[in-house]
Amino acid sequence: MSDQEVQTDILKIEDLHVSVGGKPILKGVNLEIRRGETHALMGPNGSGKSTLGMAIMGHPGYEVTQGAVWINDENILEMGPDERARRGLFMAFQRPVAIPGVRLADFLRHATTNVRRPERREGEELLPMREFRKELREKMAQLRMDPEFARRYVNEGFSGGEMKRAEILQMAMLRPKFAILDETDSGLDVDAVRLASQSIAEIGRSKMGILIITHHDKLLENNVPDKTHVMLGGRIVETGGPELARELHANGYDRIRADHPEAAAEEEAMRQDGALQKAM
Amino acid sequence: MATDTKTDQFDIATAEINKYDFRNEEKYVFKARKGLDAEIVQQISDMKGEPDWMRQFRLKSLEIFNSKPMPRWGGKLDLDFQDIYYYIKPSDHQGRSWDEVPEDIKRTFDRLGIPEAEKKFLAGVKAQYESEVVYGSLREELASQGVIFTDTDTAVREYPELVREYFATVIPPSDNKFAALNSAVWSGGSFIYVPKGVKVDFPLQAYFRINAESMGQFERTLIVVDEGAQIHYVEGCTAPMYTTESLHSAVVEIVVKKHARCRYTTIQNWANNIYNLVTKRAVAYENATMEWIDGNLGSRLTMKYPAVYMLEPGARGEILSIAFASAGQHQDAGAKVVHCAPNTSSQIVSKSISKGGGRSSYRGLVRVESGAVKSRSKVVCDALILDAKSRSDTYPYIEIEEQDVAIGHEASVSRIGEEQLFYLMSRGLTEAEASTMIVGGFIEPLVKELPMEYAVELNKLIELQMEGSVG
Repeated sequence: MSDQEVQTDILKIEDLHVSVGGKPILKGVNLEIRRGETHALMGPNGSGKSTLGMAIMGHPGYEVTQGAVWINDENILEMGPDERARRGLFMAFQRPVAIPGVRLADFLRHATTNVRRPERREGEELLPMREFRKELREKMAQLRMDPEFARRYVNEGFSGGEMKRAEILQMAMLRPKFAILDETDSGLDVDAVRLASQSIAEIGRSKMGILIITHHDKLLENNVPDKTHVMLGGRIVETGGPELARELHANGYDRIRADHPEAAAEEEAMRQDGALQKAM
Repeated sequence: MATDTKTDQFDIATAEINKYDFRNEEKYVFKARKGLDAEIVQQISDMKGEPDWMRQFRLKSLEIFNSKPMPRWGGKLDLDFQDIYYYIKPSDHQGRSWDEVPEDIKRTFDRLGIPEAEKKFLAGVKAQYESEVVYGSLREELASQGVIFTDTDTAVREYPELVREYFATVIPPSDNKFAALNSAVWSGGSFIYVPKGVKVDFPLQAYFRINAESMGQFERTLIVVDEGAQIHYVEGCTAPMYTTESLHSAVVEIVVKKHARCRYTTIQNWANNIYNLVTKRAVAYENATMEWIDGNLGSRLTMKYPAVYMLEPGARGEILSIAFASAGQHQDAGAKVVHCAPNTSSQIVSKSISKGGGRSSYRGLVRVESGAVKSRSKVVCDALILDAKSRSDTYPYIEIEEQDVAIGHEASVSRIGEEQLFYLMSRGLTEAEASTMIVGGFIEPLVKELPMEYAVELNKLIELQMEGSVG
């Protein structure tokens, strides 16, 4: 693929409104990511960051009520999650679910085949075993993972760090055009975050458009964002450069709330609604 | 053959079979008339040239069969015993040609990677599976160790004393109505005797035997593993079995003597019109181990509960069972362990999958007799339900007449989780591929106990069952 083509790929989120269980969470999100760019998405808990990721990936529990998500000239909202993956979309989950009895290597061979050969039909041959194994072993070495790890059942009994590393490994194998990393740093110790951060940079640099959802700036050390977005009350209220991520990390969200009182009020309403639901 | 919906492929295949005239009278050496009475039973015995004790045994069993009511539990039985052929002696070929075998069945065989000779045998084109060449040397090796491995009819003729000593001692005809039926009309099945201290170190398969009657409707298997001996017997195969008759009722009896070990593996995949009512039981003596691995797919109704009676101290029983119920199928399967002596232990692991309106039931019994102190038993049964139309039930019976025992029972029922599906799909798997992968993972703990080629076949078979299940 030539550099020019790489630059033409674009993920465009247009006026996206999303409800979960009938409750509006996202209230008109606009965002444009070009392949090769790194964007950071920050914001307090419950502001809708993960919801954005889930809706873009196509989780059936996240209902899009308005808006569109484009990869180049295709609106991917019409597609199932599998088709979106085959169009080059990837999401590293915050808490990936366990699939008992399914070995990571077997799953990944199937997934890699489907994503790299989007025209493959069910039941057709998978990638040749030797070729796949060789590449998997190389990627695992790069991530400092024991090759034996690929024989374990997907996410079953994984530690927090193992889970996140397995997600990054999947990203490395699937080579997406666009990747959403949902708090890939949460639950990791300092060394693990550094390793994750370096790995993402190595794999992703200039090959992917990356949206990093994070609370911290550790992940951003090796992945300096071209743009930083701040989400509050279901909207992106501010966009800046890497300095904005540093500011939020150092000082928190008080200034944001003060500068955007309407969004702050929305956030407060959503929080009370959530607390009320928990009490019931 | 073109079909509109893949889900119905087995139904359609069965209907296709019925459409063909496979029952070409002239091609059979002998065929009893339909129905069941003393005359038919006598005829069967005559045909086989059996000794008088076996003829009397059959006639007595028929009386017991007639006197017993139909079971009132389990699945719905809609059977006319007078509308069944009880004995058909096959000729060298069964009167159908390969061209007559429906395309769907051929396709299934291809997908399972079944060798050419075996395909013809399974489809009923050939009465004999040409095993002589392949397995000849293994057979010689077995014979030199004194292992007897033959069909049960031959065993009655050639090893009358040995057969008579054990036959119907584990499952008497009075045990249940279908054991009585089998005792009256049985034909074929395997007879195995492993002498003291002989350890057969490769899985013994039914294919090693040359007689075609092994796949009969009323097969009768008897395995005796003498003191300190060891065997792993693999029965049947994972390819769909097609017969024109609707009732399969086998009896399998196993005797595992002191310090001996026996593992019996079956995976059966019946056509959708079959009632599969099988009695399987083993007795285990001092420090003996009996393991049943039992996989059930297909059939209209399967009722099968492999049992281990632990008769002497230190005996162990293990039962692993998998059931897959698709549309129009009821798998009523489970296990039975009876602790009759101190320090006996047992484990039951049951996994069932229901799909497309299918129903699977786990029915299990753990019984500890008084005096069987320090007995231990663990039961784990997990059910996976693939859609809202399907059903799963659990009927665990626990009867304990002793204080000093450890009994554990865990049961779980789960539906394929939306989160699991989404996760796999977000990596590019289609919904059908994702479901198949989850089901494969669910039974993985059992599949890894199977001999390699069976594990591969079972996985492919599940893929076939899962095809067209979504969307």
